[in-house]
Amino acid sequence: MIEVQKLNKYFGELHVLKDVDFNVNEREVVVLIGASGSGKSTLLRCLNFLEMKDSGSIYINGELIEPDQVNLNKIRENVGMVFQHFNLFPHMNVLENVIEAPVHVKKIDKNEAIKQAKDLLQKVGLEDKAEAYPSHLSGGQKQRVAIARALAMKPDIMLFDEPTSALDPELVGEVLQAMKNLAREGMTMVVVTHEMGFAREMADKVVVMDQGRIIEEGDPEHIFSNPQNPRTQQFLSQVL
Amino acid sequence: MELFEVFWETKSFFVTATWLTIRVTATSLIIGVFIGLIFAFFKISSSRLLNGIANVYITIIRGTPLIVQIFVLYYGIYKLVALSGFWAGALGLAIHNGAYITEIFRGTIQSIDKGQMEAARSLGMSYFLAMRRIILPQAFKRAIPPLGNQFIIGLKDSSLVAYIGMNEIWGTALSEAAASLKMLSTYAVAGFYYLVIVMIFSYLVSRLEKRLDVEKSRG
Ligand SMILES: Nc1ncnc2c1ncn2[C@@H]1O[C@H](COP(=O)(O)OP(=O)(O)O)[C@@H](O)[C@H]1O
Ligand SMILES: [Mg+2]
Repeated sequence: MIEVQKLNKYFGELHVLKDVDFNVNEREVVVLIGASGSGKSTLLRCLNFLEMKDSGSIYINGELIEPDQVNLNKIRENVGMVFQHFNLFPHMNVLENVIEAPVHVKKIDKNEAIKQAKDLLQKVGLEDKAEAYPSHLSGGQKQRVAIARALAMKPDIMLFDEPTSALDPELVGEVLQAMKNLAREGMTMVVVTHEMGFAREMADKVVVMDQGRIIEEGDPEHIFSNPQNPRTQQFLSQVL
Repeated sequence: MELFEVFWETKSFFVTATWLTIRVTATSLIIGVFIGLIFAFFKISSSRLLNGIANVYITIIRGTPLIVQIFVLYYGIYKLVALSGFWAGALGLAIHNGAYITEIFRGTIQSIDKGQMEAARSLGMSYFLAMRRIILPQAFKRAIPPLGNQFIIGLKDSSLVAYIGMNEIWGTALSEAAASLKMLSTYAVAGFYYLVIVMIFSYLVSRLEKRLDVEKSRG
């Protein structure tokens, strides 16, 4: 589904991603872990071209994506993203947030979009909040709206960048639950998180990053109980 | 009292003049908002050329007196196209206010959290769609207080078009004072008309701000 080869990314002098090879198969849940500043967000953002790679190849559905040769907007339609800080549109209510892209990007009929949006809101348990404005929602509710908003474009893959890191502890569960439901439905997902419980339970593959490199990857069992790389061991001892 | 006498005697002239002041100001501000929007995009664009054009424009406007701008435009353009006094004045004021409005829009657009643009782009929106649907509506709302302020400045500055022969409030004051020789009272009456417009306008802006605040917190 997504194949990344020898990806390099610099911010000025700073070499943030170093020869990263990274694969995500269809219906797979890949959890990306690693210390703060190790390049997890940057890798995720390269996958939907919010950041542009400096070298390397990114294949999506088998197709090599060269940013200057394709319409990136079309690519992004199929790659949903959920951000740490939700980034809901504050001037629109929940329903308007969810139908915005289907109506204005995909140009589907507004009534149809509303119908689909209500189904999605029901799925994340927020059908009664359709008319509410983001400023009146809890963090957990905002993040579930953000998930519904991304799903409304019917993406092939969903990227989550620390979706629960900005939440009060008691609100983490409801967001993880929505993500688990999504994973069980077979959504392809890449999740950056410090929630090791989620990784253990849901991940098909855990990828460990350190200083811009992928230092270890494997099934969660293997990574959590028998990490090979000393840096992985060190990181896990801090978060577990 | 002389003041009231003058007020009474001149009121039909000043009411006509006030209407002209409002028209020339409103015309200039509407055009100024368009100019401001376009040059704000120039300023935030990644094109060095567009940045440069916007910077030259703003530097010239901010660095020279409005009266000079009006005269240069009036005597400059008058040679090329037959522009009425009204349009010469309105355009001069529009170009002047546009520079300040550019900075207002640039500031409020850049004050919108960059996560908003990223979220919009991640949903497949083009840059311009994201601007139109997501960034600008929020930026406009934030621009209302400083825009209101600039509109008041623009209204008062419109008095300078009197010097290219327009009989708006200040132009009327100049000719009435010259005719009656009641300088102090005539000029004070002129000030009164400006004050009334500014107060009405300020009231409307504060009403608008309150309404938008209510909208923001509803739900
Ligand atoms: N837009 C940017 N400009 C400059 N440096 C950046 C930018 N974004 C991230 N970085 C730097 O790149 C490195 C990796 O960041 P990031 O991918 O956010 O790490 P993580 O998500 O693993 O915490 C960090 O050193 C960070 O400071
Ligand atoms: Mg990060």
